[in-house]
This record gives sequence, C-alpha cells and structure tokens, in this order.
Amino acid sequence: MAHDAVAGAALDRTTKLESALTALDPRTRIVMAFAFAVVVVSLQTLAALTLALVLAVLTAWQARLPWRSTRKTLLTMDGFVLAMLVMLPFTTPGPTIATIGPLTMSSSGLHLATTIALKANAIVLMLLALVGSLEPALLGHALRRLGVPMALVQLLFFTVRYIEVLGTEYLRLRTAMRARAFKAACSLHTLRTFGYLVGMLVVRASERAERVLQAMRCRGFNGTFPVLLEPALRRHDGVAGVMAVALLASLVLVERTIV
Amino acid sequence: MSSLLELQDVVFGYPSRPIVLDGVSLTLDEGERIALTGANGAGKSTILQLAVGLLRPHFGRVVAFGDERTSEADFQEVRRRMGLVFQDPDDQLFCPTVLEDVAFGPLNLGIPPDEARAVVDRTLETLALAHLRDRVTHQLSGGEKRLVSLATVLAMEPEVLLLDEPSNGLDEATTLRLVEILSGLPQAVIVVSHDAHFRRRIALREHRLVDGRLIDHVPRCPNAAPPEDRAAAE
Repeated sequence: MAHDAVAGAALDRTTKLESALTALDPRTRIVMAFAFAVVVVSLQTLAALTLALVLAVLTAWQARLPWRSTRKTLLTMDGFVLAMLVMLPFTTPGPTIATIGPLTMSSSGLHLATTIALKANAIVLMLLALVGSLEPALLGHALRRLGVPMALVQLLFFTVRYIEVLGTEYLRLRTAMRARAFKAACSLHTLRTFGYLVGMLVVRASERAERVLQAMRCRGFNGTFPVLLEPALRRHDGVAGVMAVALLASLVLVERTIV
Repeated sequence: MSSLLELQDVVFGYPSRPIVLDGVSLTLDEGERIALTGANGAGKSTILQLAVGLLRPHFGRVVAFGDERTSEADFQEVRRRMGLVFQDPDDQLFCPTVLEDVAFGPLNLGIPPDEARAVVDRTLETLALAHLRDRVTHQLSGGEKRLVSLATVLAMEPEVLLLDEPSNGLDEATTLRLVEILSGLPQAVIVVSHDAHFRRRIALREHRLVDGRLIDHVPRCPNAAPPEDRAAAE
C-alpha cells in the first residue's frame, strides 16, 4: 500500500507540473538541451555565459523544478568544480593579479575558472529542467526515436525496471546477515562475507535475467522489440524549437559583439 | 477429440542433480482445469516449462495441439497458443508501463499497434484493472503485479493457461479475486500450487508429483468447482 501512495504522489506531481515546457514532446526537450550544451561549451565571454546561466535559471523556473533537490544536485557538482576553481588561478600561467605567499594568482586562470563554473552550472541546470524531469520511460522512447541504438535504450529500460528489484534483494540479504549477528569490521571474515554478498547478487541477477528472457520468449519475443504508436510532434514543439534557436543565436551574438 | 497437451513418459533432470521427472505422463483436454502439487523441488514448474519448450525432455514426447513438438520453431508456435504465467511477477513484467507490458505479447503476435492498444484495454477491463493502465510496473503492489502478469498472458488470447503458484504471497481478498477471474475463463488450465484450498477451488482433477512420477489425486471437496464442470465429471 505504501507503494501505491508513492506512485500516486508521483502521478500527482507530474500532473501538477503540467506547464508550457512539460507539454513539449520529450524529443524536443532532449534536442534543445543538447543544442544548449553544445553552444554554451563553445562560449568564452563572461557576458554570454552569464546570459546562458540566466536562461537556464529561467527555464528551470518555468519547468517548476523542485528547488531543494535541484540545489542539492547543483551543489554536489559544484563540489567538484570548487576544487578546480581554487586550483586554476594559481596553476594557469598569465598576468599576475595577486600573490599569496609563494603562490601567484593569474587573471587568465581566474577567468578560466569562472567560465568553467558558469558553463557547468548552466548546462546541468538546463539538463535538469528539460531532461531531468522526464519519466525514464518517456526519456527512453524519445532517445529511441531520436536514433539512439535500441540496445542502449533497452539497457536504460531494464536498468530502470530492475534496479529496485536488485536493491530490494540486496537489502533482504543484508537484513538476513544482520539477523545472524553480522557486524562489518576490518577483518578477513567481513571481506569474505561481502564477497559472498556481491557474488550472490550477481548470481541472482543473472538467474533473474534468464527468467525474464524466458518469460519474454513465452510471449513471443524473437529479438526485436515491438513499439506502440506514439504521438507525433505538435505545433508548439515547432514554436519552442524556433524560440530555442533564436535564444541560442542571441547567445552567440552577445559572445561576438561584447569582447 | 485430440487433447491440447500431452506429455508422454517424459524424463528430465537438471545437470549434476538427480533426475526430477522420471516418466511423467499428463493429458490436458479442452476446457479442463488440472492442478499439480508436490514437494518443493519435485518438478512441478519443470513440467510447465517442458510444455512450452523452455526445457526439453531427455526422453519422452511433448505433444501440443495435436503435433509432436521437438524444435524451437515448433515451440514458438506452441507459446503463441499456450500462455505461461511465471511464479515471480518481477520476472514477467519488464516494460516501463502496464500498457506496454500487456501490449508486448499481442505486438509480438503481429497485431498492429492501434489494435494492440484496444486488446490491452479490453483485457484490463475484463480483469477490472483498467485503472492501472498507465502505471509504472515496478511501482505496483504485489497483488496488482500478479493480476497484471496474468493480463499480459491473457492479452495473447491463449487456448491454454499454465499458472505457476499464482496464489503465492497474495492476501485473501486478492486470492478470492484471482479464483473468480480464473473460474470465469474459458481456457484449459494447468495450475501449480501448494495451497490445497486454492487448488480445490480452481481445479477438478489433481495430480501429485511424487518421486518423479504423477499420481492421480481426487480432491475431497469437488463441489468447489463450477457446477457445469461437476456435471461433466459425473
């Protein structure tokens, strides 16, 4: 029953999220996010990059991304970027702007660090807004229709479908271990036990894969995946596409004109 | 009238283990509902898997729909007409959504997508599961998963239904619902179950698997079967 509640809440959330952006075809959203990433990576000026970040924030706001979890995801990534941000000004050769003890800070290093931070945040935020809010099933179908090889798409589907099943199996084994007074310690016994645990998970996963394939064969599976009819691109996908192209062009324009 | 499925003196064993089935013979006629029971590891599920060719007997014959079946191609045809519902719904349901999973079989049969959708709607409607159509399969409850995996097989409109422990882990209400659904189906059924009560409500004829052989076993309480079956049996 707890499952029902969770699924119900998920459904509620998706229906409430119905906004101009979420009404777009998943393919449009993926292509738009990809185009944005390609353009932003090639930008160099702070003005253009700041504008890109503003665009990403506006899109995230329009997509009504949950503020809390989005911030958490961005901070996780910024943790990595931060290390670079601290290192780069001191390691990149260029005109010196400050010295701290034996270290010299270069302006070109500072510029590089800032652009990387802006690019990373803008692209990740845009990805979260456009692609991250898609149901895995929708994402998979959209990728397939965009020409991504079926094998990769199926890999995504099977992962989404079975990761929870495997996770539950893992938790069951762990509980059973604890029930027999197992406590992880720095010992050979612990290492061996975790070895058995992982081995058992692999065995069970492969046996399950075998059974899933058998069940599929029982329903007439012969190696190709049939596809149900899907909706075609609609008018507002075209409108959104034109808008996206215009915005990306203006980013490039800002890059070219403001030096 | 030829029978739908006939196993003749089937011998089967898994590698490096003692023989599981040691000369099993079984006949399923049209409209018949048979229950199989027996100890853990006695080979009940093995019989179902032999019937649809997921396993091949070492000796003996598998005759389905009037023809002996030996090759993979033979059994591919059998699987279109004989639906096996697996013991663990997580093995059966692999598509992202219920709609896609139920449509998987019909699409494999070559039914065009829009007709397949209609088949899905019809099947779910019959099982009173229409509200689950767009749900994500791995988020269903245990009982829902079980009923949906039955739907995925029924959507192919098989002539024979093979059920492996269908009442396993179900609560009383869902078990009752399953009994109701199964009793209303026109298909011939072989059901493997440990639950004596469940077996009696579904099947008229019962076989017990002991030491690799099937022993006829008449349930003590035949009035649980629908009246027309009882009349036919007398």
